Amino acid sequence: MIEAFFNIEIMKAAWPIVLTGLWNTILLSLIVVPLGLLGGLILALLASIKNPLVRWPLMAWVDFFRAFPPLVLLVLLFAGLPFAGLELGGFACVAIAFFLNTGSYYGEIFRAGIDSVPVGQVEAARSTGLTRMQAMRYVVLPQAVRNVMPDLLSNTLEVVKLTSLGSVVAVPELLYEARQAQSITYNPTPIVMAAVIYFLLLWPLVRLLSRLENRALAGRR
Amino acid sequence: MATNHIVDARAIHKHFGTLHVLKGVDLKVDERELVFIIGPSGSGKSTLLRCLNRLEEPSSGSIVVDGIDMLDAKTDINHARRRIGMVFQSFNLYPHMTALGNVTLALRKVAGKGRAEAEALGRVALERVGLADRAEHTPGQLSGGQQQRVAIARSIALEPRVMLFDEPTSALDPELVGSVLEVMRGLRESGMTMIVVSHEMGFARNAADRVVFMDDGLIVEQGPPAAIFENPTHERTRAFIGQIQRH
Ligand SMILES: Nc1ncnc2c1ncn2[C@@H]1O[C@H](COP(=O)(O)OP(=O)(O)O)[C@@H](O)[C@H]1O
Ligand SMILES: [Mg+2]
Repeated sequence: MIEAFFNIEIMKAAWPIVLTGLWNTILLSLIVVPLGLLGGLILALLASIKNPLVRWPLMAWVDFFRAFPPLVLLVLLFAGLPFAGLELGGFACVAIAFFLNTGSYYGEIFRAGIDSVPVGQVEAARSTGLTRMQAMRYVVLPQAVRNVMPDLLSNTLEVVKLTSLGSVVAVPELLYEARQAQSITYNPTPIVMAAVIYFLLLWPLVRLLSRLENRALAGRR
Repeated sequence: MATNHIVDARAIHKHFGTLHVLKGVDLKVDERELVFIIGPSGSGKSTLLRCLNRLEEPSSGSIVVDGIDMLDAKTDINHARRRIGMVFQSFNLYPHMTALGNVTLALRKVAGKGRAEAEALGRVALERVGLADRAEHTPGQLSGGQQQRVAIARSIALEPRVMLFDEPTSALDPELVGSVLEVMRGLRESGMTMIVVSHEMGFARNAADRVVFMDDGLIVEQGPPAAIFENPTHERTRAFIGQIQRH
């Protein structure tokens, strides 16, 4: 058993490959998380324009990409776009798919945050001459983000986990590299390494989330 | 549209859907005048105030404040609002900023002052409401009365030409009302033009130049405090004054 799953020799051999994977996972996360946050913020700001001409297409957009399984979306972009004469690499496909999918999730979270700020805040700001955008930026958004911080963090956790989908389109992230190492060594140890690394990477975030959630509960009492 | 009144609102109508809330209100206010608006709940007092700085869009009518046509599409509404302070029943301080941050935000972003100048002006404004020593406190660390005084400081820091008060003391514990009224009295003595919606009849008697009684979206009658309180001419005014004096 130990030979199969915790083989020290294999670990030593696979380490450089797995490390490359870890590095790419971090890089991928550092690209898709800000991209998703940006997309979400744009969606939420557009949704704050209470105009049906903006609102309905927006709701359809958000619903569509939240209902669409991200893996299917990714494969569709990767395998489908070349037929439309557009050949993007795996990395670009992951970035676009995440922008569409997680952006919609982040968008809903930001929207809930914006809605949680009392209208009196905007009225006070506007009564002193701040524009709609200034009121949003200096008064509403800071409070909105604080109010939904646990949800933002929780979604970010999901996004980092979802980066493992990149392996399907040959993005050399952690899972992909671990599987490469596994197929070279004929041993599952690299996969175990990847699992442990995912855990060590995400566990601090999980702890932070718990603390934020507890504090939010305490604050509500 | 020439006018020698600092506030000149004419024939203001306001509909919320099918609800007709303001039914042709005329309100003219002289410079340095303190106008006190009373009336039953739902009579349209808040809506009238909110139309004056266009937080609410009147359905029809005209509003000129300090020579600026507030309803003209060409008017820079954000610029115009700087000149009209507003104080809310629920304070509406920004909870994520200190008292000083609350007071300096518009100074910096609307009036375009640099940080140092904005903070100096902000401290002067806090001083005027007796809270110079609370500049670094957040609203959560202040009493209701202190919060409302910070809200007043936030308005006066912009040197408004007119101040609108919408039930500024209604959300306060009775023992905190006095400090806010005192600040308002100080403002009046400094010559500020004020329109105040409130139930503080004692304050109205000794600080107001004119009391306006509203009912059902209309101004029913108006006059000096003594006349309205001792000798109201309309039955509805009499009933309302009798009602609040019994409390
Ligand atoms: N935003 C709104 N939408 C619909 N109805 C409103 C709105 N604001 C006020 N009203 C209605 O207008 C009427 C007058 O309200 P308001 O001006 O707040 O009265 P007051 O301040 O004298 O108590 C009330 O019937 C109230 O329910
Ligand atoms: Mg009211």
